[in-house]
Amino acid sequence: MKIYVPMDSAAKALGAEDVAAAIRTEAKARGIEIELVRNGTRGMIWLEPLVEVEIDGVRHGYGPATVGDVADILAGDSAKALGPVEKLDWMKRQTRLTFARVGVINPLSLSDYEAHGGLAGLWRAIGMDGAGIVEEVTKSGLRGRGGAGFPTGIKWKTVHDAAGPQKYIVCNADEGDSGTFADRMIMEGDPFTLIEGMAIAGLGVGATKGYVYLRSEYPDAIRVMRRAVEIARGAGVLGADVLGSGRAFEMEIRVGAGAYVCGEETSLLNSLEGKRGVVRAKPPLPALEGFLGRPTVVNNVISLATVPVIFEKGAQYYADFGLGRSRGTVTLQIAGNVARGGLFETAFGISLGEVVNDLGSGTASGRPVKAVQVGGPLGAYIPVSNFDAPLGYEELDAKGGLLGHAGLVVFDDAADMLQMARFAMEFCAVESCGKCTPCRIGAVRGVETLDRIAEGDGAAIPLLTDLCETMKDGSLCALGGFTPLPVMSALTHFPNDFATQQEAAE
Amino acid sequence: MNETVPTSEEIDTLLAEYSHLEGPLLPILHAMQDSFGHIPEAAHRPIAEALNISRAELHGVISFYHDFRENPVGRHVLKICRAEACQAVGGTALAEATLAKLGLDWHGTTINGAVTVEPVYCLGLCACAPAAMLDDRVVGRVDNARMDTLLAEAGA
Repeated sequence: MKIYVPMDSAAKALGAEDVAAAIRTEAKARGIEIELVRNGTRGMIWLEPLVEVEIDGVRHGYGPATVGDVADILAGDSAKALGPVEKLDWMKRQTRLTFARVGVINPLSLSDYEAHGGLAGLWRAIGMDGAGIVEEVTKSGLRGRGGAGFPTGIKWKTVHDAAGPQKYIVCNADEGDSGTFADRMIMEGDPFTLIEGMAIAGLGVGATKGYVYLRSEYPDAIRVMRRAVEIARGAGVLGADVLGSGRAFEMEIRVGAGAYVCGEETSLLNSLEGKRGVVRAKPPLPALEGFLGRPTVVNNVISLATVPVIFEKGAQYYADFGLGRSRGTVTLQIAGNVARGGLFETAFGISLGEVVNDLGSGTASGRPVKAVQVGGPLGAYIPVSNFDAPLGYEELDAKGGLLGHAGLVVFDDAADMLQMARFAMEFCAVESCGKCTPCRIGAVRGVETLDRIAEGDGAAIPLLTDLCETMKDGSLCALGGFTPLPVMSALTHFPNDFATQQEAAE
Repeated sequence: MNETVPTSEEIDTLLAEYSHLEGPLLPILHAMQDSFGHIPEAAHRPIAEALNISRAELHGVISFYHDFRENPVGRHVLKICRAEACQAVGGTALAEATLAKLGLDWHGTTINGAVTVEPVYCLGLCACAPAAMLDDRVVGRVDNARMDTLLAEAGA
């Protein structure tokens, strides 16, 4: 009997370890032979811990499972039975390309990985030259999934064409945005995909060394990635002779130290070099002068983890999904006050309303949705009236939003948008690297100004607007530059929350 | 986490293990903190000398990052998420209630030295919020009852 219990940290946070232990004990007591596989999560977090039992090659789900459910699950007669997992609506409606193996395989089994299409992309890339590899990525239309949406192929070409004694691939795994967990999920659920993507990037641009800068808040992901790198090295996927190609690629996992701003690529590079995580002015671009001043590809986890499927199935296959200039799939992370939260991978273009109301089934509290913050702490609060917005980079931009890393945080009508705006400023003040004045000082003044508004000083509203303009135009990076987005969207769409006490009294 | 004063041999051993890396400072600081519970002042001069940086530069790096501590903390560290997704499901009230119960402010340590409470901005558990982490163990959908269990486990 083959049983799956996820080792993803969301599943663990909801009791998967206890359930796994209970399954071992119960199986032993009943004298049942079991093989317990610790997989990643399928992404249906409201069903975690999701136990799967393989019957005649079909995986049947039981969730959310508790220790008390284990006996019935093993007896094949549980009230938590969900039927075949692949047939669940949430699974059927997805286009899983980047996340195809997450939740399916044993994350640390290289043979499981290969049996599900893993390494096919790297084998194909080995048969191509650097320029051919870069061209394939360009044709796929892949854009940076970290938030900026910069075309990955153009970045790779810049590094490919740059001269340097040593080039680097740096994976930005400093996933600090609230509402996002796709990077964590893939690192815990299918780490070899990221390793393969980085190796292909290395072959493409001529880099022989890669680093994953992984945030310290993800201890489980750090353990899985470190182990996966060891396994890959042992199997010759990494090392001086990648899969016998005669070309080298080695990589290392580095741990961040709790600074949000290190998710910004130049600040990340400084941190990786062992400095304060202060933002660098651009130019020079990291592609030309990156880690230790050498040509460096800095890509998000999801961007790099998508590269293997592009090489496995071909650039055109990938580019055929999506809308406009947003090609391929988007890995939506549905979070916050939502009934059904989790990860949903689909072609770009799905509407925000469909995601929140249909997939997410509305709020967890059962109260009406008030706003959705899309794109993390630097993304806009989008009101229900804009729920027709299709999720694509340009499409959301046209609605005054930011797709970012595609995290969606749902709020019900109990949310006080003035307090959320204040939090955005407070967060910016806590996390500012201090390099530029509009961010360092502006965020502190922003908190004070919002407190004045909260105390009933309506004259502070134009001041806040002006301050936001200054921060937007005068900051070097997205932290200071985009903090005005949640603040101003809250003010614009929810003016009642900012109405002064005097006005309310009148 | 222990809080012993490290010997210079212990410091040198850690330095030798990581100094050859490209950009070795963060790995060194993490190793020091993992071993000693904080970055002991006794390690400042050896680190600065090994990496050929000034002690001011070293202090600049240590003080920049939220993770690095210059002083010992409690036997356990409880991190409570303050970010938006947790706020959307009552994270703020949970954090306030926890701090009030312990009579602490953020970064404070209980009198018996058992627990230090720190804020964290996102643990990636946004679909099962509010979230917390006790040392390296993550916990989701934390309510007051579950928090009490965690605090009891930690001996607060």
